[in-house]
Amino acid sequence: MSITLPPAGGPPVTLGLPEEEIHGVSLWRGAFRRVRRNPSAIAGAIIVAVFVLVAVFAPLLTPYAPGSAEWSGQVTPTSVPGPSADHWLGLDRFGSDMWTQMVYGARQSLVYGVVSTAIGLIVGATLGLVAGGFGAVGGRFGQSVDTFIMRCVDVMLSIPSLLLAVSIAAVLGQNAYSVMIAIGAAQVPIFARLLRGSMLSQGRSDYVLAAGALGLRKKRIVVSHVVPNSVGPTIVQATLNLATAIIEVAALSYLGLGASDPAIAEWGRMLVAAQDRFDVAPRLAILPGVAIAITALGFTLFGEALREALDPRTRR
Amino acid sequence: MPTPAAPLLTVRDLAVTFGVRGQRAVHAVDEVSFEIRPGQHVGLVGESGSGKSVTSLAIMGLLPKRGVRTSGEVLWGGRNLLTADPDELSRLRGREIAMVFQDPMTSLNPVVPIGVQVSEVIRRHEKADRREAQDRAEALLRQVGIPDPGRRLREYPHQLSGGMRQRVLIAIAIACGPKLLIADEPTTALDVTIQAQVLEVLKELVADTNAALLLITHDLGVVAGICDEVNVMYSGRIVESTTRNRLFATPRHPYTGGLLESIPRLDSPRGAPLRPIPGSPNQTIPWTEGCAFAPRCGNRIDECTSSPPPLKYEGDRDLRCYNPLSDPARAEAVQA
Repeated sequence: MSITLPPAGGPPVTLGLPEEEIHGVSLWRGAFRRVRRNPSAIAGAIIVAVFVLVAVFAPLLTPYAPGSAEWSGQVTPTSVPGPSADHWLGLDRFGSDMWTQMVYGARQSLVYGVVSTAIGLIVGATLGLVAGGFGAVGGRFGQSVDTFIMRCVDVMLSIPSLLLAVSIAAVLGQNAYSVMIAIGAAQVPIFARLLRGSMLSQGRSDYVLAAGALGLRKKRIVVSHVVPNSVGPTIVQATLNLATAIIEVAALSYLGLGASDPAIAEWGRMLVAAQDRFDVAPRLAILPGVAIAITALGFTLFGEALREALDPRTRR
Repeated sequence: MPTPAAPLLTVRDLAVTFGVRGQRAVHAVDEVSFEIRPGQHVGLVGESGSGKSVTSLAIMGLLPKRGVRTSGEVLWGGRNLLTADPDELSRLRGREIAMVFQDPMTSLNPVVPIGVQVSEVIRRHEKADRREAQDRAEALLRQVGIPDPGRRLREYPHQLSGGMRQRVLIAIAIACGPKLLIADEPTTALDVTIQAQVLEVLKELVADTNAALLLITHDLGVVAGICDEVNVMYSGRIVESTTRNRLFATPRHPYTGGLLESIPRLDSPRGAPLRPIPGSPNQTIPWTEGCAFAPRCGNRIDECTSSPPPLKYEGDRDLRCYNPLSDPARAEAVQA
């Protein structure tokens, strides 16, 4: 093997490495490259993408309206019409088109999942940010602020999340918002503890000490040094929490705490409705069940892959 | 030695104790006193765990508040930094006293571009806008010998090599023209060839800016290249303190002697065994009971383990030893 040196003044020697390998890549670009190489991440991403597309373009995917019960005459206590050319997945027990219900159900799940996770993320991350920021650089006063916030969060954490969600939904009444708030509230402690924890560990790092040695203000150290290094795990957790949120929406609907409007298709309520016809038409329960499971799996795979990709220990 | 200028920094009887409730307190630094005059280069030498870095962090006021007791005085322009108000200290840090840390791999924020990290210290201490600070940052990177500084400013720390990162840290430290630069093992994490380059950069910069330098290291070679005065620390106390030439020519403390003996030399015959200091830095006795170095010392006498040796002025140096090395042959050689 021989290495030929380029003539003087020629292009720099790259020794066969592509340009970007030499100059390196930023944290997020590198993470996405690693996500792309991981088969389960691709599977997760595809599931998530299909789910989102179905949810967004639901009206284009079906000619019918959800919860119409147009064909209720064809449904009898002992038979529910199965798949046909007009109704790809047959009818449900109320006489609505099952495919339409499934497609619009995806839309509900996405909206509930995203909104409730966003509520949990915003409230939880704010609490975690304040606690972590004060705890990381705040000295003695900061540590008492941190302790106070985190004890409140611990109280929230001590209540089982489903129970918390049920109580909130029960207090706020049976509507879509109470479900979102209930599920979001159950996620608050997760985000708060996660962000605070990673901020505290970043607060002990060398570059924070170095920033202190430069005389930078504490606020500046937290905002421009500690936070950017701490948000990664929180973003990953949000992806993973979308999966849990979708399952919890179904669970709350199953318990009868979701939106009561029958015109809104919802996978969890479809499960309840399917129960008493399970002997006649098991697909009515299996389809939404499988949809919930696959969607949750998709978000989990994607979130896990993102976590691995962002974790510096798994690099190279 | 008569000295014309008043000291820039005076450390007097500095003691740092780490204590966790229910456990025995650790005296990391005790009875440490030294002075740094404007433009002077002072070395603080010792093994790992001898209290060098703790001393530097105490000067900067960067030790954690919890579980740490600090006493003594760190005088800077007539003020005691140990009791100074935190805001005042933070205005001082980075502007008048700056620090270069040991590990360039972890001392730069991995998710913030180099340019922001260099310019933020300028913007903190001087009324410079973003544009101005960015231009100054570029000039600084050029000054520390980083090629293509314009592009480097937009890059992230992991895109730079260790030597380049250490140069960036040096650039950040000198950004506001400090009067004192504290360099805590600035070359330990680097390859030997890079070490030399980085030291050269450091040396030139302190010469150009006329800053004083407190160099903390375990590497006597580095000290020999840069420092005027050297303080040797062992187990949290200064054991020998003198000028560089005297220290290297006639080490008097057995520990200093041992450090010099343990450096491999190119001109020693091949096969000649290296002579390390026996034992490990963990084998110490508390200074309150005697000399901490006694368990490893070849010159030990009974007195060493019965009472702590005081730091005494011995004509040309401060020395903390009951039975110092005397090396008339080397002493004569230097005088000749």
